[in-house]
Amino acid sequence: MSDAVSVKMTVNGTSVEKQVEPRQHLTDFLRTELGLTGNHIGCEHGVCGACSVRVDGQVVRGCLMLATQADGAIVETIEGVVESGEVNGLIDAFVSRNALQCGFCTPGMILTAAELLSEGELLERAQIRDELSGNICRCTGYHSIVDAVESVLDKEDGRVSDDKLA
Amino acid sequence: MTNLPNSSIGVSLPRPDARRLASGHGTYTDDIELPRMLHMALVRSPYAHAMIKSIDTTEAAQAKGVARVITAVDLADICTPFVAGIEFLPDMVSPPQYPLALGEVAWQGEAICAVLAESRALAEDAAELVYVEWEELPAVVDSVEALEPDSPLVHSVLNSNLAMAMPVSKGDTKTAFAEAAVVVEHFFEFGRQAGMALETRSVVADFEPASRQLTVYQSHQSPYQMQDVYARHLGLDEHQVRVIAKDVGGAFGLKLHAYPDEMAAVAASVLMGRPVKYIVDRQESFAADIHAREMTAAGRLAVDSKGYILGVEVDVLSAIGAYSVYPRTSVGEGIQAVQFTGAPYRLPNFKGNVRVVYQNKTPTGAYRAVGQPIGCAVIEQLLDLAAAELGIDPVAIRSLNHLNSADLPIKAAGGLEIENISLDTCLDEILKKMNYEQLRKDQAEERQNNIFRGIGLATFVEQTAVGSGLYGPAGIRVSAQEGCNLRLDPSGVIRCATSTTEQGQGILAGIQQVVADVLGVNFDNISVQAGDGGATPYGGGSWASRGMAIGGEAARQAAVDLRQKILAAAAAISQERPENLKLVAGEIFSPVKSLMDLSELASIVHFRQDTLPQDLDIEMNVTRHFLPREFPYYMANGIQASYLEVDTGTGAITLLDHWVVEDCGTVINPMLVNEQLRGGIVQGLGAALYEHAFYDESGQLLTATLADYVVPLASDMPDIHVSHVENPALGTELGAKGAGEAGTLGAPAAVWCAVNDALRPLDTRVWKQPFTPAHILEALHT
Repeated sequence: MSDAVSVKMTVNGTSVEKQVEPRQHLTDFLRTELGLTGNHIGCEHGVCGACSVRVDGQVVRGCLMLATQADGAIVETIEGVVESGEVNGLIDAFVSRNALQCGFCTPGMILTAAELLSEGELLERAQIRDELSGNICRCTGYHSIVDAVESVLDKEDGRVSDDKLA
Repeated sequence: MTNLPNSSIGVSLPRPDARRLASGHGTYTDDIELPRMLHMALVRSPYAHAMIKSIDTTEAAQAKGVARVITAVDLADICTPFVAGIEFLPDMVSPPQYPLALGEVAWQGEAICAVLAESRALAEDAAELVYVEWEELPAVVDSVEALEPDSPLVHSVLNSNLAMAMPVSKGDTKTAFAEAAVVVEHFFEFGRQAGMALETRSVVADFEPASRQLTVYQSHQSPYQMQDVYARHLGLDEHQVRVIAKDVGGAFGLKLHAYPDEMAAVAASVLMGRPVKYIVDRQESFAADIHAREMTAAGRLAVDSKGYILGVEVDVLSAIGAYSVYPRTSVGEGIQAVQFTGAPYRLPNFKGNVRVVYQNKTPTGAYRAVGQPIGCAVIEQLLDLAAAELGIDPVAIRSLNHLNSADLPIKAAGGLEIENISLDTCLDEILKKMNYEQLRKDQAEERQNNIFRGIGLATFVEQTAVGSGLYGPAGIRVSAQEGCNLRLDPSGVIRCATSTTEQGQGILAGIQQVVADVLGVNFDNISVQAGDGGATPYGGGSWASRGMAIGGEAARQAAVDLRQKILAAAAAISQERPENLKLVAGEIFSPVKSLMDLSELASIVHFRQDTLPQDLDIEMNVTRHFLPREFPYYMANGIQASYLEVDTGTGAITLLDHWVVEDCGTVINPMLVNEQLRGGIVQGLGAALYEHAFYDESGQLLTATLADYVVPLASDMPDIHVSHVENPALGTELGAKGAGEAGTLGAPAAVWCAVNDALRPLDTRVWKQPFTPAHILEALHT
C-alpha cells in the first residue's frame, strides 16, 4: 500500500488530525480510528444507507467516500447529533412509535430523516417514503418509520398528531 | 392474568433498548475490539463444483501484517467435521463439512483458505496472493436435472442427489378427484431467497490457551446451541465455552446455523491462541448465508359443486444446495411446505409428497416461516381457481372450508396438530376492515377503465413455540425449553436473566412487562439480561416464534414464585398472614394499609437476616424453565389481504393496500406485535415481488450485491393495517402464542391471489415467484 497521508477534519465539533491509508473509506476511519461505531457497515457498496454521515451539512454514504476526501471537512455522525440534541425530537418519535427493531439502520435513517425535516416542508406519506427510500430497513416494514417522521412534521406545523400506534 | 391495577400486559410500552440503539450506542459484534486481535479474510471458491488440486500460500504468508495463512489441513486437529443428519432418516446422507473445504468444493463461495492479519484490509490484500489450482467439475444447478439418472453428483461422497423423500397421505384422493365437480391444478415455482439481515454475520472468537477458555461474541440467535457446537467440535468441555450475543442487527433465521466460515474463525482463534474477528461482508453474505425457499410445487384441488373441499394433492421438489446445513438440517422447508398445504381447512383426503434434492448452490436453511409460506400460497391459489370455476366468491369458498371450533382439536391432514384457532372470527374482521364489498365494486369499476386491480386473501395457521418434538427425535441438540431467572436486589429492583434472545423484536421488553405485571413491580424497576450463554438460564434462544409463548411463560412462572417468597418474607416482618398481602407497583399492602416498600424488604432480606425467623426462606432468587409438553406447539392463525394493481403495459405491480387480522393469543405489547407483523409482511412482499437469489447455468450467483438482490424499499411498500383476535394458547397461563413469522407466512399467498385476481379477465396467471415485470409480461404474452 501507498504511504499514509495526513487528514485533518472537524468531527462532531472536535478537530481531528490522523495519518490514514489513502484507500481507507470514511466509515472505516470513523469506526476504527475514532471509535464512532454508531455508523454501521451494511453493504459497503453504497446501497443500504447504514453508514450515512453528514459531511459539510449534507448526508452522504461514508462507505463511498475516502477519508482523505473529507480532509478539511466538517463531519457529523449520529453520536454528534445526539449529543448536540439536534435529533432529540426524532429519536423520541422513533422510540415511542417503535420505528426501529434491530437498530442497525436507525442511525442512518435518523440522519436522513433529519435532513428531510430541515427542508421545512410538510410532506405527504408517499413523499416521506420516497425520501427515505435510500435507507434500507429489513425489520420494520417502514410503516412505523413513516409514522415517526410524520409525527415530527406534524408537531413542527403546530398541529396535533393523531394516535398512530394502532 | 392478575389484572392488577398496575397491569402492564396489553399496553404498548416503548422498548427500553430503543433509545440506546437509535442513538448509535448499540454494541454489534463488529464494534468489539480486543487486545492482540487478528482479522480474518477468506479465499472462497470461484466454482460451483471443483477439486482443489493445490493451494500455494507462500506469498500470502509473507505479505505485510499477516500472522498466518491456514487451510483445511491446519485445522484438521482442531475442529472435527460436521454433518447435519436426522437420526430417524439414516438413509439421508449429507457430505461432511469442514471449516475450510477439504479437497472438494460444492458451491461457489465455499471457503477454502483463511488469512489472519493485523487488519481486515491487510488480510484481504494477502488473500489475493493465495494461488489455487482447480479442477472444475460439472455443476448440478437445476433441481429437476439433479434427479435425472445420468446427472453428475453434487458431491463425490453422495450416491444420489436425492437427500430424502417423504410421502404423506390421508384418505383416498383418487376417489375424491374422480367424484369432484371441479378439479383445478396449478404449477408453482418459488424463487430462491436470501435472508439479508442488515448486520451481516459476525464473530469475535477469543481463546485463552492457559485456561482453555473460549469466549465467542457472535451475532447469533442461539448462544446455547453454539456453545454445544463449539465444545463438541473443538474438543473443549462445554463449560469452557461461552458464547455471547450482544446487539444483533436482524437475524430472521439466518443467524441460527453453524456456518463453516464462522467455525473457521473460532478454530483459528484456538490455533493461534489469540482473538480473531471475522465479519462477513455483503457479497460473502449473499454467497454464504443460508438461502431459502427454492422449490417447485404441483398442486391439485378437488371440490364438490358447492365448493366443499374433497381432496388436495401436492408434490413438492425442494432444492437445498450442496449440504444439509448444520445442525438443524435443510429438510424442514420442503416438509413444512407439504404439511401446511391446506392446514387451515377441512381436508377429507390429502396426498402430499416432498423430495429434497442437493444442487451445487449455497446451502439453504431456516429463514423466517420455513416452508409455511409455500403451503399457504399453494392452497390459497387453488381455492381461488376453484371459486372462479364454480362462479362463487373467494370469501365463500374459504368460509365453507375453514376449520372452526366444531372441528377442534384436530390432527390435520398433513400431520399438524391444531388445538384452538379463530379463522371465522378473523375472516369477519378482515372483511370489515378492508371494506371488502366496496373494494370489489371499486375493482369492477376500474376494470371498465382498463385498470387491472386484484384482491387476494390468504388464510394461514402459524406453527409457533415448538417443543422438543421437532429436533429431539432427530438427534439434533437444540433445546426447546426456555428459562428465566429473577432476583431481588437490595434496593428493591429486579434483575431478570432470560434464555430468550433479542434480535430487534422487542422480546425483552415483553418479558419485562410480564415480570412487572405478575410480580407487581414497576416496569422501570426491572432490567433484563439476555444473550450470554454462560450467564443466563439454559435454553433455546429465539427461533420458531417462541420468545413470548415459552420464554414469557417461564418469566411468568418465575415471577409467581418470587412474589410468593417476597410476600412470605413481608408477612414475617410485619406479623401478617402472607395470603392477605399484595405486592402492587413495588409496594406491599395488607388489606387495610401499605406495609412497606419492596426496597425496605429487600434491604432487610439482604442485610438484616439476623432480625428474621431462622426458618424463613430468604433466597430472593428464582429460576424457572418452561416448554410445551401438553401440546407439541401453539398454533397461531390469521388472514391477510392484499389489494394491488397490475400495469399490463409494463408488468409493474403497485401495492395499494394490505391488511392482516392475526390471532397470536394473549397480546403482551400491541405495538411491538403489530411491528412484528408489519416487518414480517414486508419480507413476504419482498419474496412475492422482488427477492431472487439467481444463479446462471454454471452455478455462478448473479445477485451478490444489494443492487442486484432487491429488497423492499420504503417507497415500494404500502401502509399495513393490523388487527387482532385474542384466543389464548391453552398450554400456558400467559396464553401467548408466537407472532414473528405470521407476516412472512401469509403475505406471498395474498399477493399470488391478488395478482391472479387482477389477471383473471385476461385469462392468464402467474406461476413463478417473484412476480417481476418480466414474469407478468411473460404471463400476458405467452
